[in-house]
Amino acid sequence: MSVPLTLLGLLEREPSHGYDLKRDYDTWFGRGKPLPYGQVYATLSRLARDGKATAGPAEPGEGPDRKRYAITQAGIADVERWLSEPTPPEPHLQTVLFAKVVLALMLGRPADHYLDVQRAAHLRRMRELTSLKERGDLMDTLLADHGLYHLEADLRWIDHTAARLDMLAQAVLT
Amino acid sequence: MTGGQASRPGGSNGALAVAAKPVTTIEARGVVKSFGQTPALRGATIAVGPGEIVAVMGPSGSGKSTLLHCLAGILTPDAGEVWFAGQRLDTLHETQRSELRRDRFGFVFQSGQLVPELTAEENVALPLLLGGTRRAAALAEARAWFGRLGLDGLESRRSGELSGGQAQRVALARGMVARPEVLFADEPTGSLDSVAGELVMSLMTSAAREQGSTVILVTHDARVAAYADREVIVRDGTVGSLIAPGPASGAAR
Repeated sequence: MSVPLTLLGLLEREPSHGYDLKRDYDTWFGRGKPLPYGQVYATLSRLARDGKATAGPAEPGEGPDRKRYAITQAGIADVERWLSEPTPPEPHLQTVLFAKVVLALMLGRPADHYLDVQRAAHLRRMRELTSLKERGDLMDTLLADHGLYHLEADLRWIDHTAARLDMLAQAVLT
Repeated sequence: MTGGQASRPGGSNGALAVAAKPVTTIEARGVVKSFGQTPALRGATIAVGPGEIVAVMGPSGSGKSTLLHCLAGILTPDAGEVWFAGQRLDTLHETQRSELRRDRFGFVFQSGQLVPELTAEENVALPLLLGGTRRAAALAEARAWFGRLGLDGLESRRSGELSGGQAQRVALARGMVARPEVLFADEPTGSLDSVAGELVMSLMTSAAREQGSTVILVTHDARVAAYADREVIVRDGTVGSLIAPGPASGAAR
C-alpha cells in the first residue's frame, strides 16, 4: 500500500487539511490500522517539497498543522499513472511455502506434516475471514474476499504439492 | 409437527431412553464400503457433536460422498458402525432408516432436486406432508421460509421458473423445514456461481445455527468449507485429522 500516492489520490478530490485526509484514509483504507498523524504531515510536506502538492498558508485554530493542501498537475499525473498501471503480481507467500517444503525434503523432515499444518492454518484463517464477512459491511466483505481468494490459491498449491511430494523428494535428493 | 404417531424405530428403544445424553449426534466408526471391487471407504471414523457444522473435504473419488451416504443411512456399510443420537443406525431395517431420514434428517444436494410438477412451496412442504402434517399447516410452515431466504413472491413458481440460486434456496428450505437434527449437504453450491453460492452457504449456516441443527457438509471447495466450524479431510477412504494433536499449530508461520 503506497501511503503517499493514496493520500495524493484523496487530495485530488478537493484541497484538504491533513486531518481530513487522515480521517478519510482511516475510514477507507485503515481497516484497524489508523495512519499516525505524524506520518500524514511528514508525507504531505514531502509531497509539497516534490511539487506534487502545494501547502496553503497556516490558518488560525487548534492542532499541529492548519494548512490546506492542494494537488498540483504533477501530482495528478502521478495518481493517474499509478491507477492505470498494474501492481506487480507477487506470489510472496507461495515462495515461503515452497522453500519450506524443499528444505524439509532436503533435511529428511516431514514435509507432508508441514503441508498438513499449513493447510489447517490456511483453513482456519479462511474461517475467520468468512465469519468477518458474515458480520461486516460490503467493504469488509470485499476485503475479506480478496484474502480468501489468495488463501484458496495457496491451498490449491498445497494440495497439488502434497500429491507430488514423492516426485519432488526425488528431484531434491538426486 | 412430524407426527408423534411412530415410536422411534429400531429394536433399541430402551437403549435410546437409557443412554446418557450422547456427546456426539452422529458418528461413523471404522466404516468400510466397497462398490464391487472398488473400495470407497476403508475404515472411516468421524464424530460430530450436536449443533456442529462440519465440512467433509477431499479430492473427488476420495469417498466423501459415500461417507455422507453411510452417515445418513442411505447406504449401509460393509463393516463398521454408524451411530445417531446414541442409537445404532446401520443395523436398522430400511423402512426404519427411511423414517429416520424423513423425520430427523434433512438433505440438500448439488442440483436438480426439486420435483418439477410441484410449486416451490409444495416442494418445501414435502417433508412435512410425508411426515403426516396436514396440508394447510405444512404449506403455512413452508411459506414462512420464503421471506427468510429472500424468496418472497416465488411461492407458486415451478422449478423451471427459478434461477439456479433460487432453486437451491428452495431446496435448502425443504431440507430445513422439518427442523432436522442433522442436515446433510452434498456440494450444495456446486452448480452455482460464487455470489449465489455464498448466499446459500450464509443462509444455510445461519438457519442451522438458529435451529441447532448439526450439519454435515461435503465439499471440495475451501471457500465453502470456511463456513463450517471445522473441517475434516477424506483421503483414500479414511478420515484424516487436519491438525496433528499436541502443540497448537498456530505458532507455525
